[in-house]
Amino acid sequence: MTMSLRATALILTAAMALSACAQGGLRGGDDAINLNSAQGAFGSVSDPSSIAYFNQIVGDRVLFAVDQSTIDASAMAVLDGQAEWLMTNPEFTALVEGHADEQGTREYNLALGARRAAAVRDYLVSRGVAANRINTISFGKERPLEICSNESCYSQNRRGVTVLSAGAGV
Amino acid sequence: MLLTRRSLIRSASVFAAAATLPGLVRAQSRPLRLEITEGVIEPLPFAIPSFIARNGAAADAAADITRVIAADLRGTGLFRQIPDSAHISSVTNFDAPILYPDWQAINAQALIVGEVEQQGGRLIVRFRLFDVFSQQPLGDGLQFVGNRDGWRRMAHNVADQVYERITGETGYFDTRVVFVHEEGPKNARLKRLALMDYDGANVQFLTDSRSLVLAPRFSPTGDRIIYTSYESGQPRVYLMDVASVTRRPLEAVSAGNMTFSPRFTADGGSVVFSMEQGGNTDIYRVPVGGGARSQLTNAPSIETAPSFSPDGRQMVFESDRTGGQQIYVMPAGGGEVQRISRGSGRYGTPVWSPRGDYIAFTKQERGRFHIGVMRTNGSEERLLTASFLDEGPTWAPNGRVLMFTRETAGADGAPAVYSVDISGRNLQRVATPGMASDPSWSPRLP
Repeated sequence: MTMSLRATALILTAAMALSACAQGGLRGGDDAINLNSAQGAFGSVSDPSSIAYFNQIVGDRVLFAVDQSTIDASAMAVLDGQAEWLMTNPEFTALVEGHADEQGTREYNLALGARRAAAVRDYLVSRGVAANRINTISFGKERPLEICSNESCYSQNRRGVTVLSAGAGV
Repeated sequence: MLLTRRSLIRSASVFAAAATLPGLVRAQSRPLRLEITEGVIEPLPFAIPSFIARNGAAADAAADITRVIAADLRGTGLFRQIPDSAHISSVTNFDAPILYPDWQAINAQALIVGEVEQQGGRLIVRFRLFDVFSQQPLGDGLQFVGNRDGWRRMAHNVADQVYERITGETGYFDTRVVFVHEEGPKNARLKRLALMDYDGANVQFLTDSRSLVLAPRFSPTGDRIIYTSYESGQPRVYLMDVASVTRRPLEAVSAGNMTFSPRFTADGGSVVFSMEQGGNTDIYRVPVGGGARSQLTNAPSIETAPSFSPDGRQMVFESDRTGGQQIYVMPAGGGEVQRISRGSGRYGTPVWSPRGDYIAFTKQERGRFHIGVMRTNGSEERLLTASFLDEGPTWAPNGRVLMFTRETAGADGAPAVYSVDISGRNLQRVATPGMASDPSWSPRLP
């Protein structure tokens, strides 16, 4: 009896650890960055098939102009790299987060973030990534990365972030 | 929730008192009346001697109730309290004749007299309002009976009566506000749904801080709240029963589609909300009890922030179909859309006044935000506030006062709830327990 309880406890602990890992990749962009700096969880930057490599070498984010969801030339370069990486590493799925700066009303910014996330997803799909590997979510202005109230921060906050998680199929 | 019972106080002594003091002072040509106009007004001076405690047990309640009534009236910006230290008469008996000259001498135009009695767990509150210069009671005396712990609502009920008798407008003190309580740094905010009395008292949390919640709205009857939560991982619309604090998703939405910006229809029977599909956002409507979803807008632009006219016939919403956000009106069932915002800048978050006469909105222009009102055809636009970030107006049930979110700039920027009246006067911060945003004002409580 005692033994089986302990075994159950061990299994539960292991299961919780696994689910924590799985959710790590689905968190918001800020969490992803914090985890990123911790290394390990996302593998080594020197491993081209690691999330760390994708985040830091390929680049996990693109930026947008005020009120816009257009993928400009520099964003295209980043997303081309993302698409290539995703096709080389089919075991990963992506959640694209759309974000807005604080200069807007809350619900409009939520819709604007969704538009940006969709623009990123559509571009990745146009470059050959299977649509069922990419989900989107909008955080509107709820999760700024930079917290000052001028354009230097706003420009970093108007972003689309591709957050990877391991496991094929969405 | 406490229910107050109210009844008229039958007493001849008040009228007798008025009759025995004829012509001692100048009689006012017309009864006490404060017109709420858009011009600057001189606040009406009133006196409220501390309500008499009929028994020792009622002493604390009597003092607290007096304090809250006075705060309600002062808080409107329409009334000025004459300090107790200036009073000449003291009121020691609720039924004693009013010594009008003593109140006229200190220029009190309105006099509120009351008493409080505690019987077990129950409280009885009686009050009378007097028009000092006409030397007459203004309306009948009233008695409220309720639970001891519902003393604030009884105080708000008295203040509502005073406000209504003097202004002719419906009072808004016995109301609640649902809002978002915020904690933590700007880049990792925790948000919880919370309820408070209109004055910031009696805060009650409705959700924990595990999931982001946004923009709650009261149902027209005040018993339900609709809001957006990230509980499922995606923004989704949830419906909450206020009394039981139980919630459910409004409807089953297929994965990948965000639903947000929910509002009740005027009759409370349906909810309109925005749904995003493939990056495009339109407005939909679904019966609260379940049923077929209908699509109200169909455009390749962002359509959101709907609000119904009180008669339920029209819907106002925002759209960026011409580039920036602008405000549009359409028939509630769908049909021809008319743009009503005409000025420069961007216009969002339109909210139809419960009186039907104005639409409140957020305006964004040259890096500043404003709360404003316009007529329902877009004319007579008037900006009431200006700051780094003002947004999301909500109407008091009488359509005379607005609350909204004001957020300060910078890394330490924080949101707070403010109120302002529709003339732009009396801007005040609402005393929330911490950072607060997205207020939605309840109807008058039953």
